Amino acid sequence: MTDEPAPESSAHTRRTVLKSTAAAAAGTVVASHHTSVASAETAHTGGARTRVTLSVNGERHRIAIEPRVTLLDALRDRLGLTGTKKGCDRGECGACTVLADGERIKSCLTLAVMRQGAEITTVEGLTRGDDLHPVQEAFIRHDAFQCGACTPGQIMSAVACIDEGHAGSEAEIREWMSGNLCRCAAYQNIVAAVADAAEEGRR
Amino acid sequence: MVVSMDFLRPASLAEALELKAANPDAVPIAGGTDVMVELNFDKRRPAALLDLGRVPELATWRAENGRVRLGATVPYTRIVDELGDVLPGLAMAARTVGSPQIRNRAGVGGNLGSASPAGDAHPPLLATGADVEVASTRGTRTVPIGEFFLGPKRSALAADELVTAVLVPVAAGPQQFAKVGTRNAMVIAVCSFGLALDTTRRTVGTGIGSAGPVPLRAAAAEDFAAEVLPWDEPAANTLTDDTAKEFGELVAAAARPIDDVRGSAAYRRHALAVLARRTLRWAWQDVSGR
Amino acid sequence: MSRATTESLTATGGGRVGDSPQRPDGNLKVRGEFAYSSDLWHEDMLWGATLRSPHPHARIRGLDVGPALAVPGVYAVLTHSDVPGENLYGLEHPDQPVLAGDVVRYQGEPVAIVAADHPETARRAAARVRVDYEVLEPVTDAETALRADAPVLHPTNPDGNLVRHVRIRHGDPAPAADVVVSGEYTVGMQDQAFLGPESGLAVPAEDGGVDLYVATQWLHADQRQVARALGLPAERVRLHLAGVGGAFGAREDLSMQVHACMLALRTGKPVKIVYGREESFFGHVHRHPAVLRYEHGATRDGDLVYVRAEMILDGGAYASTTAAVTGNAATLGAGPYRVPNVHVDCYGVYTNNPPCGAMRGFGAVQACFAYESQMDKLAAALGMSEVDVRVRNAVEQGSVMPTGQVVDSAAPVAELLALVRDRPMPPAPSAPYDLRELPGGVSNTTHGEGVVRGVGYGVGVKNVGFSEGFDDYSTARVRLEVVGGEPVASVHTAAAEVGQGLVTLKAQIARTELGVERVVILPPDTSVGSAGSSSASRQSYVTGGAVRAACEEVRAAVLARAGAGAGLAGGKVVSAGGDVLADLVEVLGGEPVERTVEWRHRPTEALDPSTGKGFAHVQYAFAAHRAVVDVDVELGLVRVVELACAQDVGRAMNPDAVLGQIQGGSAQGLGLAVMEEIQVVDGVVRNPSFTDYLIPTVLDMPTMPIDVLEYADPHAPYGLRGVGEPPTLSSTPAIVAAIRAATGRALTRAPVRPEHIVG
Repeated sequence: MTDEPAPESSAHTRRTVLKSTAAAAAGTVVASHHTSVASAETAHTGGARTRVTLSVNGERHRIAIEPRVTLLDALRDRLGLTGTKKGCDRGECGACTVLADGERIKSCLTLAVMRQGAEITTVEGLTRGDDLHPVQEAFIRHDAFQCGACTPGQIMSAVACIDEGHAGSEAEIREWMSGNLCRCAAYQNIVAAVADAAEEGRR
Repeated sequence: MVVSMDFLRPASLAEALELKAANPDAVPIAGGTDVMVELNFDKRRPAALLDLGRVPELATWRAENGRVRLGATVPYTRIVDELGDVLPGLAMAARTVGSPQIRNRAGVGGNLGSASPAGDAHPPLLATGADVEVASTRGTRTVPIGEFFLGPKRSALAADELVTAVLVPVAAGPQQFAKVGTRNAMVIAVCSFGLALDTTRRTVGTGIGSAGPVPLRAAAAEDFAAEVLPWDEPAANTLTDDTAKEFGELVAAAARPIDDVRGSAAYRRHALAVLARRTLRWAWQDVSGR
Repeated sequence: MSRATTESLTATGGGRVGDSPQRPDGNLKVRGEFAYSSDLWHEDMLWGATLRSPHPHARIRGLDVGPALAVPGVYAVLTHSDVPGENLYGLEHPDQPVLAGDVVRYQGEPVAIVAADHPETARRAAARVRVDYEVLEPVTDAETALRADAPVLHPTNPDGNLVRHVRIRHGDPAPAADVVVSGEYTVGMQDQAFLGPESGLAVPAEDGGVDLYVATQWLHADQRQVARALGLPAERVRLHLAGVGGAFGAREDLSMQVHACMLALRTGKPVKIVYGREESFFGHVHRHPAVLRYEHGATRDGDLVYVRAEMILDGGAYASTTAAVTGNAATLGAGPYRVPNVHVDCYGVYTNNPPCGAMRGFGAVQACFAYESQMDKLAAALGMSEVDVRVRNAVEQGSVMPTGQVVDSAAPVAELLALVRDRPMPPAPSAPYDLRELPGGVSNTTHGEGVVRGVGYGVGVKNVGFSEGFDDYSTARVRLEVVGGEPVASVHTAAAEVGQGLVTLKAQIARTELGVERVVILPPDTSVGSAGSSSASRQSYVTGGAVRAACEEVRAAVLARAGAGAGLAGGKVVSAGGDVLADLVEVLGGEPVERTVEWRHRPTEALDPSTGKGFAHVQYAFAAHRAVVDVDVELGLVRVVELACAQDVGRAMNPDAVLGQIQGGSAQGLGLAVMEEIQVVDGVVRNPSFTDYLIPTVLDMPTMPIDVLEYADPHAPYGLRGVGEPPTLSSTPAIVAAIRAATGRALTRAPVRPEHIVG
């Protein structure tokens, strides 16, 4: 269990895990792993912070957040789990799909505080060590993405779709994967990947 | 348990009602489909949120006295999976709500609480003559669905009340739901229509979505169909084209649509006439097939 | 663990030109570890936000940043007077302020920017900037804008509200024809709607410059414009490509680039800006809405005699790439047909609508919808089949285009049409119906009632690469060295991977040319020369050409060092006959070979301003579609049942990627045909969200039978032909034609709305 210190008054005074290196004069730019800080929430968003315990990918995290923070923002900005994407912030694209107790939900449409006690699985939680989940492997095998921005959401939706028993035919896969937009329109390959992974699961 | 001043997390209905009474400005949240969009886009800054996700009384359904008492937070996924036989119209509508992810979380309570004219649950609830059960620390009352919607996003819910359930009569005949959208999935209704036939009482129920300031019934159409349907000869071919057409026109006449980004008023009227005609024919085929 | 975006990708597992190896970024992408620009994080960073004009046209009488600065957590609030360099930018023509000065010309124009320690703080502080607007009447109709009495939106523009007028004058100015058809067509404003909204991170550097990590299509064009706005030399504005969540043209212009750099330089701290979806609709250019008036004349036998066209493209408030879009629409405006007499006037126009610029298809899309609609009309007037009239007039190698340019490589237009025509038809829906296979889907609007099948065809022509004399080149640096006892090639370009799979292709080329297995793809940045834009279907051609050329120089140097051999294969120096002469590892030893090559395709020419004549395009590319649709003619709902495509790609460098481009381009054409439009009323966008700007879901996009032809273009590397755009052109008219066939409606507007079908 990680227990983050209570946030201090502003971002630039906070503990950070990543340090500048000599790799570039300006420091190292990395994908977010740890904490951007929401210090201004208390002052300007009208809410006090609350301690929230989130169980994500088998690990429990205690964070202090303002209640209006979505599960999506908590995952991305507080836990550094940026695999889950924000595409529309209103439940219309599916890029933020995660599993809550095995069920797929859109993490932009739920508050982090509401998901305490639930076991959240994000795309980062699918792998076992270096081994990809069968759905991840199927997506690679079928070239089921281009830019990849929708891919984590597609994969999480696909895992649930198969688990729900909704991957029995192409028509069924299409109906049950219709909550995830892909602007590169790799749909044909996505459907093939889901069917393939489902078939593999039945073997 | 109260986690913070802003975020109220009742563990029981009684606690939820107390919190709502004490915090009438608190916005109830369950599936989050509507409330979260308002929060994310800063359209609304409620003083408090009332999380109904942990109130067990709201998350169950049961049959009682010929009706289904459907808890406000029972997700659409369960309505599709578990209530297709007894509430077929609502289950058909549930299948069109949002996306699979949204259906895992959203329930009729949110649709009713938002009171959007476009809520997919509303037409079948109107068509079946459901009652909305609302509760507060003052007590529980039921509001006939036809009296629940007062205006766009306004309902008969008092500030201290919560929608706890809908009481939907078990289907006494075929039901249908049809929704027009400009995409084949994940789309808000341009207009929608719910139909419920009661072959025992020989009545017809209707509900119109997204074609007026509130979800509407088409009372004249209901009366007309109840009157002219050949209940005694329930064969598919006994429903005449003229009857279906007139029914459709009466439904269209009951709508009060506007032009907006999703469609024109004229198109909505036209489409409702078509949907009403078709759904009546499908329902009648089901009558004759019984 | 997440990965740094500045990390290299290592491509192993083989795959030469013509294969479909796995993407080197695939593993990261399926793990959620590929770092998109929105995922970037830097210790100590601030968040930027942008205040935008709510008015499409207004004078700014006053600006007061005081209330915003007073918000705790705010580090800087900047306006036009804080722009260090020139407060103007633009891809072709610098006419757009970084921050509006005295006037705003479109709804959403940036007016002020804020840096704060939390994004929410930045947004709310931005909303507290007081702007005193004097609202002006917006000019919202492109044709009205061209009138002499229209308010001039850019007083310094010598042509008033005209951005560019392209004339094509070809053949007889007054031809006579037996059969004449005419029509007026309109195309709505389409959005690229990439899934990953605009974002980037600017990091101030010790030398007074800045490092900008950003999702873009063209690092060096950004660098040039950012440096100019910052008043810095280009070498102190270093750009690095962050992960790109789709582009489709929308990242060719600047969005948050200068803003983030200004805030970073002012505060001395890294600044990240991420647009939300709504802001994204205001943060990038769109596809030009167009009005197109056409007249086609033909002989009774069906031979085209002439095409006359007038096209008006609404460029919106700023020029962006409107001039080039206008050039494309004009020069390709007669389509892939042999037409002896062509008279085209194409106008790109300033209005107070949202700025328009690059989107996949780039001017050719709008023209294709019109000329293909006309070809169907002509077929009907002649009593011929739609395919026959097209085939009869199809260009082929050796044909002369209206610009006078001779098509000097394969142009198998007739064959493409025949391929899609001769595909077996998909079965008609039959009882018992599966709702998912009917128009309306599970929304249960029909059980077969009113459903009529229609079939339609479309074919289009798109230019590949930058045209009209543009110095179009790319730069590649290739290094061959021994690492861990194995020969490794590394490839460094500034070409943006936007999803198309260029990272895969660069590795394939290196393997093919250098005979190594292991290839390292270095992250694109401005430390190597420009690659040009990932647009215009050009990167495989131009950056592919540059990588090959650099590999050839490296190979020549290696062979010279070896003192023998004709090529490299399997890690060996080999003779012309394939005999192994030496081990590459031994030849290289501890001394790497590195070469940097700037590679150009053959030059093109500017158009003659009075006739439009000139060798304007380096390559033409063609695709054809057959669309099969089921239309609920009573409700006006459409289901595209099948979308067959045939395309000549010259050489399928990576067959899987080719199919992906054809599917993706066709889907965006489908969106334009039946659902996608930014609705703008009086200059105000009414649907800036994914709730009301609809793009196709998996249930809207049918399966696509695809034929890929490979007729090598002798002028192009490996004979390849650009792939990404042609399918976007022909898919729209094919689908609309199919809906016409099902409904009998004229349907002169894309997208087709249900109202148009039943109205």
